[in-house]
Amino acid sequence: MRRHRLAIGLGVCLLVGTVLCTLWVYVEDWLPVSYVPYYLPCPEILLLFRGTVAHHTLRSTHSPLPAGQLHCIWASAGRTGYYEKQRPHHLADSRDGSNMKLQYKGEKLFQPVAQSRYPQPKLLEQRPTELLTLTPWLAPIVSEGTFNAELLQHIYQPLNLTIGLTVFAVGKYTHFVQHFLESAERFFMHGYRVCYYVFTDDPTAIPQVPLGPGRRLGIIPIQRHSRWEEISTRRMEIISQHIAKRAHQEVDYLFCVDVDMVFRNPWGPETLGDLVAAIHPGYYAVPRQQFPYERRHVSTAFVADGEGDFYYGGAVFGGRVANVYEFTRGCHMAILADKANGIMAAWQEESHLNRRFISHKPSKVLSPEYLWDDRKRQPPSLKLIRFSTLDKDTSWLRS
Amino acid sequence: MAELLRTQARKPKCYLLRPVTFLLIMLVLVFFGAGFLSPRSPVLWSRRAGAGEAGRESVGLQVVKLSRMVYPQPKVLTPSRKDVLVLTPWLAPIIWEATFNTDILNEQFRLQNATIGITVFAIKKYVVFLKLFLETAEQHFMVGHRVNYYVFTDRPADVPHVPLGEGRQMVVLEVPASARWQDVSMSRMEMISSFCEQRFLREVDFLVCADVDMKFRDHVGVEILSQLFGTLHPGYYRASREAFPYERRPQSQAHIPRDQGDFYYMGAFFGGSVSEVYRLTKACHQAIVADRANGIEAVWHDESHLNRYLLDHKPTKVLSPEYMWDEKLLGWPAIMRKLRYVAVPKNHREIRNR
Repeated sequence: MRRHRLAIGLGVCLLVGTVLCTLWVYVEDWLPVSYVPYYLPCPEILLLFRGTVAHHTLRSTHSPLPAGQLHCIWASAGRTGYYEKQRPHHLADSRDGSNMKLQYKGEKLFQPVAQSRYPQPKLLEQRPTELLTLTPWLAPIVSEGTFNAELLQHIYQPLNLTIGLTVFAVGKYTHFVQHFLESAERFFMHGYRVCYYVFTDDPTAIPQVPLGPGRRLGIIPIQRHSRWEEISTRRMEIISQHIAKRAHQEVDYLFCVDVDMVFRNPWGPETLGDLVAAIHPGYYAVPRQQFPYERRHVSTAFVADGEGDFYYGGAVFGGRVANVYEFTRGCHMAILADKANGIMAAWQEESHLNRRFISHKPSKVLSPEYLWDDRKRQPPSLKLIRFSTLDKDTSWLRS
Repeated sequence: MAELLRTQARKPKCYLLRPVTFLLIMLVLVFFGAGFLSPRSPVLWSRRAGAGEAGRESVGLQVVKLSRMVYPQPKVLTPSRKDVLVLTPWLAPIIWEATFNTDILNEQFRLQNATIGITVFAIKKYVVFLKLFLETAEQHFMVGHRVNYYVFTDRPADVPHVPLGEGRQMVVLEVPASARWQDVSMSRMEMISSFCEQRFLREVDFLVCADVDMKFRDHVGVEILSQLFGTLHPGYYRASREAFPYERRPQSQAHIPRDQGDFYYMGAFFGGSVSEVYRLTKACHQAIVADRANGIEAVWHDESHLNRYLLDHKPTKVLSPEYMWDEKLLGWPAIMRKLRYVAVPKNHREIRNR
């Protein structure tokens, strides 16, 4: 009789397990906490050999996965329609703990520059340069006067690049989309192929804005959360998933910006780089001890007193799509770790972004011209404001 | 009775085994099924251009994770140098003293385990310069990183034995010597490009092509490394483009009109990633051959062709004249805070063509 019960018990366990699995796979957000799946064993552990076999049948240019080299990537139940449960794959670089390799658009080679007439660069500058133009790790700090736009156009135009631009328009923020897109059509990467990716919980609220040739708009539905901080921190996760799903095949470079802003002046190929950050307009003249970094030790975004280069704004970052993927994934993992410890960083994802930019230095930095707050008085050192805030009543928006 | 009990006792065991096996098989099948039925993510594989090149190509472009470091805060409103240009109009850094932090850069490149190759040509009597070159390179060039010296010579027996630090090795490559010194200089392009294919692509990440009649006097490190770099000629960094000694005859492949040109680069120190150096040297060699077929020789030989190439393919870093100086000819102006790689005095008439 005991053995009967044992058999029945096993059967019940099996049933419960199946139900949980099905629920987890097909129904999103049924768990009160979203990070639990990260601690569950990965069913793919059993797919090791199947994956190895599948490897051979797919169009792949490298050797099959050696047995034992298996990682699973977990995503919390975000409403993007799929989960990042990857098949086993070849690991070339798991330094970061990020182990998904994406097949990107083709690498662009150096092309000869068509001759253009421009003045000779003056090596022995006597004019008082107000802004720092080179970081200590030799990343250019881009501002008006540091570059020749026409020359850069000659260099980048022949490469036939496609640049992506992500924005999040959730809840009442959909009101900003019209003005944002219209200004982007005027000033953002003029003459290049552009893909706008608008993430929203209400696709019907996104207006139809006429787009120029070679420019298109993708509207991606996402889930709305009750707290605005939650929406903000989800952005890293959603961007990385979107790159994995779609953007890595469609664009060469990707920028992630806030929607409650407008382009006021040309934003061109001078901003393109491997990993690009923008200096926050409120803190460019301030010593690092006063930067609003996360200062609690328990957080993964913790920055010690003597650390930090610049305070970067969370409203603008970008770079090559591969690097943006690694960056957003890294931030997302850090945010999840904090969530598991029941802590939210002082400035949500901006804190995590800043933490990550200290240890993974950007290859190009944009001056506050590229991320300005119109409520501030424009100083003479910033010659041309290109991207700035739209005055808004935040309390109304976040309700 | 006992038989009945025995059979009954046996029965539960057999009876239990089958359902349990069945349940276990079901369990396994369910998990497999979950894998099959879960929404498919797109197959994402790493892109690999070609086995060796792709592996090497990624060094320098990777964003690596740095450990915690202590250094002064960079200040947005305080330029590092007010007296010189530190950024070209195409946003390539111009490397001067005080523009960079050696510690951060060293860590970035060490984390990628970058190997730097340096080619030097010691043809005929120029072998006498090797000892000083190598000894000073051991003290100042890419210290702490992996370095391969590639010594091209027609007299391998005369190559001095210089003790090398850890992670540093020397490769002696025997090559034929041309009769004229101009041809010796120009044949470097051909030799570098052919060895790029043969060896350098597989052995090093970055390649630096240097003149041998020089010595290192101060730090020359990873701050110079990028996809493609050139060095400003110390004699022309103040000059306007009309005064640059470009090749001005339109018949030559190296021709540059008077209203064009950014800087005058020196042929004695250039480099970059192996693939970019390969493209540069190959293009220059082809241009030299084309000129030879047309019966013309550029005014400054391979240097003229280098300048033409770098006008069309803008370098991603430009080295200031600190990296290429001649103290005897030019003294030590205040604008040069350090003299890193300097000419060794030589008697031109004696040393050339011997």
